[in-house]
Amino acid sequence: MNAALVRSLALVAAFVALVTLPYWVTGTYYINVSSQILFYAIFALGLNILVGYAGLVSLGHAGLFGIASYVVGYVLAEGFGHAPAILAALVIGLLSTAVFAALSLRATGIGFIMITLALGQIIWGLAYRWISLTGGDNGINLHGRPAPFGLDLSAPSEFYYATLVIFLVTVVAVTIFVRSPFGAALRGTRDQPRRMNALGYHVWAIRFWACLLSGLLTAISGILFVYYTQFISPQTTALTASAEVLLMVIAGGPATLLGPIVGAALVVIVKNVVSGYIERWNFLLGAIFVAIVILMPEGLVPGTARLWRSGWRALRRRQAVVIAGSTEPKP
Amino acid sequence: MNFWLVLTVNSVTFGGLLFLLSAGFSLIFGLMRIPNLTHGSLFMLGAYFGAALIIGVLGVQLNFWLAAILATAGVAFLGALIERLLLRRLPGDALAQVLVTLGLSFMAADFCLMVWGGDPINVETPAGLGGFTRLGVAVFPNYRLGIIAIAVVFAFALWMLMDRTRLGAMIRAGVDDPDMARVVGIRVSQLFTIVFALGAGLAGFAGIIGGPILSVYPGLDQDMLPLALVVVILGGTGSLLGSFVGSIIVGFIYNFGQALLPELAYFVLFLPMLLVLIFRPQGLFGRQVP
Repeated sequence: MNAALVRSLALVAAFVALVTLPYWVTGTYYINVSSQILFYAIFALGLNILVGYAGLVSLGHAGLFGIASYVVGYVLAEGFGHAPAILAALVIGLLSTAVFAALSLRATGIGFIMITLALGQIIWGLAYRWISLTGGDNGINLHGRPAPFGLDLSAPSEFYYATLVIFLVTVVAVTIFVRSPFGAALRGTRDQPRRMNALGYHVWAIRFWACLLSGLLTAISGILFVYYTQFISPQTTALTASAEVLLMVIAGGPATLLGPIVGAALVVIVKNVVSGYIERWNFLLGAIFVAIVILMPEGLVPGTARLWRSGWRALRRRQAVVIAGSTEPKP
Repeated sequence: MNFWLVLTVNSVTFGGLLFLLSAGFSLIFGLMRIPNLTHGSLFMLGAYFGAALIIGVLGVQLNFWLAAILATAGVAFLGALIERLLLRRLPGDALAQVLVTLGLSFMAADFCLMVWGGDPINVETPAGLGGFTRLGVAVFPNYRLGIIAIAVVFAFALWMLMDRTRLGAMIRAGVDDPDMARVVGIRVSQLFTIVFALGAGLAGFAGIIGGPILSVYPGLDQDMLPLALVVVILGGTGSLLGSFVGSIIVGFIYNFGQALLPELAYFVLFLPMLLVLIFRPQGLFGRQVP
């Protein structure tokens, strides 16, 4: 069996498993956890475009995520329908991303981290203190989910399918993006910004568009989030939330397609399952962060793939030895 | 009239606390080239350690200043440990170091919540500084004036340390050009530990002496870290004068913003930082760091 066949079989199996999930998973609780994994995976895929492919680590993405959620909550509270709310959230989410990007792209590396961190804190401060707009600590409550094409999303499995469709579209879009010439150019600006500049690429513009794409996915996941929880509060925009999604990307493996999805699944499952047993979820989050950065800096997916490949190779070598029946191959 | 005067004294007091917090942040940033995201946590840990010692641990109650010294020493030791055991393992990988400090800050925040619970702890003003001073029509709490005096003394001591001693010269050399400093025989990695412990100790000390005016509560770390960040971006990294001036500016903006525009206080706070980032990215007193 060659590697490509294994890959496509695994993809088909994963697809079938995802589509049939509400039938073999019993209990609405687990269906809801699956929906969470999917929209957090969209968020992580969005952040991964910056962290993995552009080499720009953002600690303010929860702010953008929160902006989209707050817009939905605010527009609905003003008495408008779901379609204007979602549209407004996408537009305002993209506009704020553009402002964020214009300010933070004055720097790269550590400077970029610090500016995004500060911007995220501004959003948090506004959400927390601008009580007339955001309700402060009380947040904004939503009432009801939309029902597109007669499909009522209030039921867990219907919401799961809607999230799944958006998730699959996102995965396909990100895959196309990464393999496109623009994706290659983005990776070029990550590895060799000066050479890319010398080759005639507009490094700043490439990074800016990458930020916008990342912001779009973030806004989409923010909208799904607020419809899922029916509630939005300043906690959603806090630094902890930014760090959580960064952990998903870093834990799973930045600059891979599968990494952020696995990372999102890991974080959501650990968070939901562990919080049932102990209260100290934040401590565990910090400890996982430190352990992964120090022990497996490339992330779980590439790290496991490396172990798998070296194990596979060792196995083949042994088979080769048995067949040849001769001396040990040279290492 | 009185309102403005009191607000001014409060701003200078808060600026003094911020200076103690951000001087270490700035030196660590200047020397090691990383924003130490545990700095707010070290401030909070200092505050909690001190408060615990004052309230009493195992039946032993300590005097405020003794508790402050012990808490400072504890936090400085913790800082040295973080540098030696964790950051040391990731040499030259700034991103990984930042992520480790971020992870540690969550662990510290949750640790404090676990040990001391969610209720704020009020720290008594130390004996002898409890009263008020009358100057004409205005009345100032002695403790706030005391904090200003402490901050000035520390600023002077730090300036002497950086400007007049061999260690200070070595640190300045490390900030300016770490590679060249290594070539001339300065053990820069040892300086990392010293500066990290020094910065951590200063942050812890600021935490405990800030206790009586800020009180000690969970989330103190996330309130203070962005302020230190703003101070250092305003003042420039690795510059003591920069942190001093930046702290006073931020102290004023923070207090006047809270009083006059409570809903937009955060926004007003970050506005000057954005302006500096756009027009003078190296900070008001910073030198261009390659």
